[in-house]
Amino acid sequence: MSLLYEMNQKALALGVPFDVQFDITYRCNERCVHCYLDHDDHGELTTAEIKDVLDQLADAGVFLLTFSGGEVFMRRDFFELVEHARKLLFNVKIKTNAVMIREAEAQRLRSLGVEQIQISIYSHRPEVHDAITKLPGSLKRSIGAIRFLKSQGLKVIMANVLMTANMHDHAGVQALARELGVRYSLDPTITPKMDGDRSILKLRIPGTELNQVFHNEDLIGDVDKFCAPPKAADEDDLDAYPCSAGHTTCYISPYGDVFPCVQFPLPSGNLRRQSFLDIWKNSPQLAEVRGIHARDLPVCSTCSHVSACTRCPGLAYMEGNMRGPSVSDCEKSYYRTGIPSANMMRGGGLSSGERLIQIQSLTA
Amino acid sequence: MSEKYISRSSAIAARMLGGEMMIMSAVDSTFFTLNEVATAIWHAADGRTPLDEIVRTRICQEFEVDMETAARDAEQFVNELSSHGIMLLSDQPFESAPSPGAPTA
Repeated sequence: MSLLYEMNQKALALGVPFDVQFDITYRCNERCVHCYLDHDDHGELTTAEIKDVLDQLADAGVFLLTFSGGEVFMRRDFFELVEHARKLLFNVKIKTNAVMIREAEAQRLRSLGVEQIQISIYSHRPEVHDAITKLPGSLKRSIGAIRFLKSQGLKVIMANVLMTANMHDHAGVQALARELGVRYSLDPTITPKMDGDRSILKLRIPGTELNQVFHNEDLIGDVDKFCAPPKAADEDDLDAYPCSAGHTTCYISPYGDVFPCVQFPLPSGNLRRQSFLDIWKNSPQLAEVRGIHARDLPVCSTCSHVSACTRCPGLAYMEGNMRGPSVSDCEKSYYRTGIPSANMMRGGGLSSGERLIQIQSLTA
Repeated sequence: MSEKYISRSSAIAARMLGGEMMIMSAVDSTFFTLNEVATAIWHAADGRTPLDEIVRTRICQEFEVDMETAARDAEQFVNELSSHGIMLLSDQPFESAPSPGAPTA
């Protein structure tokens, strides 16, 4: 158990928000085919408003802060915001496509003490990567940025989201990461759009491919361990929380809306109307999320996977019930172990035309 | 023996959690938690107060520990943090504590 995990557990016991993702804009210079966001600006927080929120987050005890978007460099005040965050001694991570990072930007990120930069790379082949981002030349520019960042000694993670268009390219991206001396991470999760549109779910890789990914030693490491049948659930498993969303983490949108997690679009308060701590401590929505233990999940608590499932309550919420199964996680458990989930055995799933719950602003 | 001055690096993240100070290096992602005594030294590391004076006035008095023991522990502590670039050491006072946001030359 790592020291960081221990401190996260301490934060959980104390009710302290430990880790926040702050999307400071939804605007973007790429138009990725699988993106779940609406890129129009519907009234982003101003520079002063964001600085005030950062002050509040520091006072609340937040330690890990991730700036994301949209593309963070679309905000002209981005470095001013990072500088403010670093003066408040946050551990700052950045998620970006990096196409706007050149030598000067890399130097600035280094001087500001940014701990980690995560960059989305979909393929080692420009024709595949650029077709996904819909920005010609984007792979070349992102790789150039990685070289600038590495030359400054910065820690870079290459994030490889898998979908149908690039599902055979993970080995090439992994090799590219090795060549550039950066960490590689793979994510086969495609989420519905924020407006509830599920059309992009057709981009999810088919189960046969997911099965191959989960049994690929180069990607997974110890396949026998990763794909082992789940152990029988004990009382500790049933008392456990589904994940850290709303417990030690939360997500803030460019409009000041607070959610349990970036993948859990349950509106829980707005920072233009309430203080962060008021939302964190008193939001009925966050209280409801925190009240759910594995034993409270009507289907999942009976499932043989409950002790090891990666069930995302946000995806379950988007499928209609935060206490219900998440179909995509049922599939992951199945293709990982070969054992159907309780939901699969009862025939649970989404009909293709079903509309999901949408992100909505809180009314005044 | 020359005096030793200590200053907090700008390339760190830090936050108090339940009475414990958490520190993470932005350079190598090393993560530390400091106990109460180490936290007191950390807070006092202004780059201008000699380490001996910090130990004498902040540690021995507040934590009722003898000077020899406290000085030895403090030396070990600052050397370890220094090896990870989290604490800066000098035999001269620092001009000013560097700000995390300031561009380097």
